[in-house]
Amino acid sequence: MSGEIAVAASSPVDPATPGAAGGGARLRRIVRATLPPVVFSVLFLTAWELYCRWRDVSESALPPPSSVARALADNRSLLADNAWVTVQEILLGLALAVVVGVGLGALIRSSAVVERALYPWLVVSQLVPIPAIAPVFVIWFGFDMRPKVLVVALVSFFPIVVNTVDGLRAADPELIDLLRTLGATRRRIFRVARLPAALPFVFSGLKVATAFSVIGAVFGEWVGASEGLGYLVLILNNQTDTAGVFAVVTLLAVIGIGMFALVSLAERLLLPWYHAPRREGGA
Amino acid sequence: MTDSPKLATEGLCKTYPAGGGQEEVTAVQGVDLRVGAGEFVSLVGPSGCGKSTLFGMLAGLVRPSRGRVLLDGTAPASMLGRIGYMPQRDLLMPWRTVLDNTTLGLETAGMSRRDARARARDAFARFGLAGFEDRWPRSLSGGMRQRAALLRTFLAGRDVMLLDEPFGALDALTRQVMQAWLLEVWESDRKTIVFVTHDVDEAVLLSDTVHVMSGRPGTIRMSLDVDLPRPRTLEVAASGRFRDLRDRILAPLRDEAMAQAGLS
Ligand SMILES: Nc1ncnc2c1ncn2[C@@H]1O[C@H](COP(=O)(O)OP(=O)(O)OP(=O)(O)O)[C@@H](O)[C@H]1O
Ligand SMILES: [Mg+2]
Repeated sequence: MSGEIAVAASSPVDPATPGAAGGGARLRRIVRATLPPVVFSVLFLTAWELYCRWRDVSESALPPPSSVARALADNRSLLADNAWVTVQEILLGLALAVVVGVGLGALIRSSAVVERALYPWLVVSQLVPIPAIAPVFVIWFGFDMRPKVLVVALVSFFPIVVNTVDGLRAADPELIDLLRTLGATRRRIFRVARLPAALPFVFSGLKVATAFSVIGAVFGEWVGASEGLGYLVLILNNQTDTAGVFAVVTLLAVIGIGMFALVSLAERLLLPWYHAPRREGGA
Repeated sequence: MTDSPKLATEGLCKTYPAGGGQEEVTAVQGVDLRVGAGEFVSLVGPSGCGKSTLFGMLAGLVRPSRGRVLLDGTAPASMLGRIGYMPQRDLLMPWRTVLDNTTLGLETAGMSRRDARARARDAFARFGLAGFEDRWPRSLSGGMRQRAALLRTFLAGRDVMLLDEPFGALDALTRQVMQAWLLEVWESDRKTIVFVTHDVDEAVLLSDTVHVMSGRPGTIRMSLDVDLPRPRTLEVAASGRFRDLRDRILAPLRDEAMAQAGLS
């Protein structure tokens, strides 16, 4: 693989043509990447299934994967409707978290005084227990989507701010000096150097945030909700429909992985340079 | 006024204040430089003698403790944005293509990105970078990165350029190729260049005047006019006159090195 990169790097005029050998190598790479998790999952689920059957575990304590699968299939339209609600909350909440997180990060980096004034409050914001603040959001905004979006944003923005602040420090000071000798203003230096240097950090923060956001949406729906996967978990728990709860958890996991993949894809599209092969890679 | 040099310094000094457990350091002491328009001037000196500090003051990044910098005979309020500066490292931005790295100066001066790109594209062949416009800097060799950084400096369009050891990190062969190439480029548009190097042969080959700096605090210990005919090629290094000039520069440098090592 590294050999391919070296060839591509040293022949700009005729880009490496993806021949038959290249296609085969690509297939082999995909197989090598997907085989381990698939094999492990199959083994794990089989062991789980067999354990439930042999020990005759009750369905409400630990449903076997087959029951969870059946619950998924039987309730697919109910699950899909509620999942869509939760996905919307997550997307809106994450979008809000990015805007607020990057904005606050830039504000904090703009002056040492602001940094000292704001940073403790950022930490405090993460100490507020979500179950305590969620009902307050409902009092402020009512029973619609807004309080849930806000909870998602609240739990997601912290890793984004922290990473943005670090990222805005990452630009090479000598590059900043070079820009100054070109006559660049502070604002232009921010746009041309500091912000682009910070973007990979912002994406790292966003990836952490996606994991928090799913949990945030579920918590948000535990107060004053009438739809969504979090709300569904509450109902199914009350009915001790454990297979149903597991079905929802499965769906939440799929949503989480999907969000992560979405962010990774966005990163690849927006920061192509960050993933470009290094010349040293061929050595 | 008519006779004022393009770039000059008067009694330039820099003392870094003590701080962080460090004593105060006098990096540059009383430097008087005169560089005429279209001249190629080199500074050679032992490591740490204050060459980069001097460049910092010329470029407006470091505030002189004493003395001043004159451009066309007058001392501007700030030197920032007035002369081209190429730092020791290439500092290409990994998030911009090679082309968009070279347009940095033009864009900062207010040119639209489209016009700036067109201007830069025209210069790529002359800088040996044709075909690499849309590559990421990461994928370039050291020599090409250095050429891209030089092109960025040239395109900024200043009359005076400061080049801080531009070929310092290159292997001997690439270095010679780059020297020959720089000679050619400079002959064709005769910018005023101040050049820092550790390599005495390089200084003699390229320059009209070589200034030898002493060890810290940096002062100009000796200045030597290089009266080799122009245009020059690498072959000039074989001439007796070249060797004579090189030896006259090496003598004070050797003294400095001996003094630094405590052997004098
Ligand atoms: N910002 C600074 N604060 C304090 N001391 C400094 C600073 N910058 C440079 N110095 C000191 O000033 C002296 C001259 O440094 P400078 O970088 O100008 O030397 P140089 O001739 O460019 O060295 P080299 O050949 O290694 O590039 C050194 O002793 C260095 O430690
Ligand atoms: Mg230096």
